[in-house]
Amino acid sequence: MRTFLAAFAATTILAGAAQATTVYPLDRATILAGSPFDFKVELNKQVKPEDVKIMVNGQDYRTVLGGEAQFVELEKGKDDKALGSALLLRGLKISAPGAYKVEVAAGDETKSVTWNVYETAGQPKAKNIIFLLGDGLSVAHRTAARIMSKGMTEGKANGRLNMDDLDHLAFIGTSATNAVATDSANTMSALMTGHKTAVNALGVYADRTPASLDDPRVETFGEAVRRTTKKSIGIVATAEVEDATPAAVVSHTRSRNDKADIVGMLLDVKPEVLLGGGSAYFLGKEVAGSKRKDNQDYIKLFQDAGYKLVTDKNELAANASAEGNLLGLFHTGNMDVTLDREFLKKGTVDKFPNQPGLVAMTKIALDRLSKNPDGFFLMVEGSSIDKMSHPLDWDRAVVETIEFDQAIGVAREFQKAHPDTLIVVTGDHTHGVSIIGTVDDEKPGTEMREKVGTYAEAGFPNYKDENGDGYPDKIDVSRRLFLSANNGPDHYETFRPKLDGPFVPAVQNEKKEYVANEQYKDVPGAVFVQGNLPKSSESGVHAVDDVVLQSAGPGSEEFHGYLEQSDVYRVLADTFALGAKQTN
Amino acid sequence: MDIFSSLHLSRRRLIGAAVALPFTASVVRAADPSLSFDLYGKFGVLGLEFSDKVKRLAGQEISMKGFMAPPLKAEAQFFVLTEVPMSLCPFCSSDADWPDNIVVVYLLEKQTFVQPRQTIEVRGRLEYGSWTDPETGFVSLLRIRQAEYFSV
Ligand SMILES: [Zn+2]
Repeated sequence: MRTFLAAFAATTILAGAAQATTVYPLDRATILAGSPFDFKVELNKQVKPEDVKIMVNGQDYRTVLGGEAQFVELEKGKDDKALGSALLLRGLKISAPGAYKVEVAAGDETKSVTWNVYETAGQPKAKNIIFLLGDGLSVAHRTAARIMSKGMTEGKANGRLNMDDLDHLAFIGTSATNAVATDSANTMSALMTGHKTAVNALGVYADRTPASLDDPRVETFGEAVRRTTKKSIGIVATAEVEDATPAAVVSHTRSRNDKADIVGMLLDVKPEVLLGGGSAYFLGKEVAGSKRKDNQDYIKLFQDAGYKLVTDKNELAANASAEGNLLGLFHTGNMDVTLDREFLKKGTVDKFPNQPGLVAMTKIALDRLSKNPDGFFLMVEGSSIDKMSHPLDWDRAVVETIEFDQAIGVAREFQKAHPDTLIVVTGDHTHGVSIIGTVDDEKPGTEMREKVGTYAEAGFPNYKDENGDGYPDKIDVSRRLFLSANNGPDHYETFRPKLDGPFVPAVQNEKKEYVANEQYKDVPGAVFVQGNLPKSSESGVHAVDDVVLQSAGPGSEEFHGYLEQSDVYRVLADTFALGAKQTN
Repeated sequence: MDIFSSLHLSRRRLIGAAVALPFTASVVRAADPSLSFDLYGKFGVLGLEFSDKVKRLAGQEISMKGFMAPPLKAEAQFFVLTEVPMSLCPFCSSDADWPDNIVVVYLLEKQTFVQPRQTIEVRGRLEYGSWTDPETGFVSLLRIRQAEYFSV
C-alpha cells in the first residue's frame, strides 16, 4: 500500500510538472546571434498583465529584448478548453552573444530558462555548402549499399561508397523536445534552425494552442542565408518538395501536413533551384490531381516570380545552364524510387515515365547554383530511403541508398573543382533495420526460412554489376542480402524482393487495426510475422539510435564526437559566418 | 426473404436486397455500364485528365468494383473507393499518400462498412468536377452519388 501511495504521489508530481509554465525558446536553447525568433510564455492560469514579471539577466525583459510582449489574457485549447494566459513577442533579435537567463513570475507560477546566444567566426570558412540528407539513413542501409553495389570478396569490400571517404565524422542524437523518438520534420527542423522541436513541427517551437501556423517561430537556415548573404539556395528531393525534409529549409508550421501552406512558404523564400515531386499542391483544386483545397495556382505564382518550370528529365537537361530560377516538378506526389524508375518500371512509372533521378537533379542544381559568385547552399535529400524502409521494402531502400551515394559522388566531384565547399552527409533518424546474413534459394527444401544463412552459412551474396552503373544488374539474385527489421506490424515475410511494386505489409481492417496484407500470403515460403507494434501502426517505425554524420571540406573539422542534431546548425552557420558581429 | 415480393420493390431497393441475394441482383445489374479504375486519359505533372469514358458516363447510373478505404466511422454515408486495398484512412491522416484513382462514394442510406480487403461493387450516379465535402473538407473530383454497394 505504501508503495502504491508513493507511486501515486510520484505520478501526481510528474503530471504537475508536465503543465509547468513554458517559455519558448526552451531552456538550453542555442540561438544564432542576430537571428530573429519569437519569444512566448505560456502560463497555466489566467492572470492580469500587471501580475506578470519577466526578467532577463536581472533586468526588465523589455530593456534586454527590445520590445513589449503582446499579452493574451486567455488561450484556448481544443473544445474551447481554458489554458491560461500567455505573452508573445515576435521576431526579436539578440545580437550580443552570451547566456541569457529568463525568469518569469506570475502569481504563484515561476519559471526560469537560460538561452545561449552564440556568434560565429567573423569570416566564412567556405563559399558553398552542399548538405546531403539520406532520410532514414541507417548503418544497415549503407553497409547493404556497399555490398550490393561494390561486392565483397573474402570479407573485404571490393569497393567503397562515396560517403565512405568523407573524412570527419560524428554521431548525432535525434530526439525531439516531446519524445525520445522522432520524425523527419523535427529532425530536419533541428538541423536547419539549431533548435530542437516537437514531432511534426518545422521551424517553430510547438506551442499549446491548436492552430498549427501561429506557433513561436525560429529562423530557418534558408532564411538566415537570405538575411545575411547574397548566396543562392537550392532544394532537391525525390519526395514532394513540400514534404518535411525539403520544407524544413524554409518553413514554419506545427504540422508538416500543412503542405498547401508550405508551398507558399517556399515561394516566400524563393530558392533559386527547387526540384522534386509534389506538384499536386501547386495546382488549384479544380484541376484533376490537385491536393489543394483552394484555387491558388502556384505554378503560375512561381512563374510570375521569374521561375522557369520544367516537368520531366528532358526539359531539366535542356535547362542545365540557363539563367534565372528553376522550378522542376516531376510528379504529382513523391517521385518513383530508383528500382521502379530505372529497372522494374513499376509503381507509377507508367504515368510519369520521364522522371529524372537524384543524380541528374543534383548535377543540374550545382551547375546553376555555382554561377553565383557569392556561393550557395544546396540541400539534397535522398527521400525514399525512409519511404521504402517504413513498409520494410529493404531492396528498394538499399537501391535508394546507392542512388543517394551517387549524388554524394556528384557533390564530391564538384568539391574537387571547388575546394571552398563544405559537404555534409547525414541521416535525420534511423530505422530499426539490420543485415543478418543472406537468403540462398539453392539451399534445400521449400521452406524459405530454412534458406536464411547466418554466420558461416551466410556465405556472400551474388549480386553482379556487369554494366558498371553502380547498381546490381538484378535485385532478385539467388543468394541475396537478408535485411530484417526489429519492429513492424503483422505482415508476411516473403524473403524475396518485391518485383511487382513497393511492399505494402499491412492493411487496416474495420476495427482500425492493421493486419497482415494477405496479398503476400501465398507467395511460396512466405511466413506470417507477428507485429510487435500497436495494431494502429501500419508500418515499421523510426529508431531512436544515433545517426552517423560525415563531412569533408572547410568547416568539417567541427564535426566530431557526439552532437545533438541542433548543434549541426551551428557548424553550418559558422562555416558561412552567419552570426558574425554586425559592424554597421 | 421472399424473392418475388422483392421484385415489387423499386430497382434501388432491389439492389440493396442483393447483399442477401446476389443471384437476383446480377440479373438486374447487367443493365448499367461499368467503370474500371482507368479513370484518366492523361497523366501529367500539371494535372490529370479524366478519360473519355468517365466524361461520357457522367450523370449516368454506373457500377464500379473496388475496395473500401478505411472509413472515419464504422457506419457513415460516404467512403472512398480504391483500386487496391488501402492501408490508410483518408480522413484520419491528412498526409496520406493518396492515389489519384479514387472515387468518393455517397450512399443513399447508411450502410455498415466492410473489411478493406473485401471486393465490393458500387452502383450509383457518376458525377465529376471539384467538390468539397462539408463535413470533412475532403476535396474530390469524382463521385458516385445515391450509391449502394454489396460484396462480390
Ligand atoms: Zn520516416
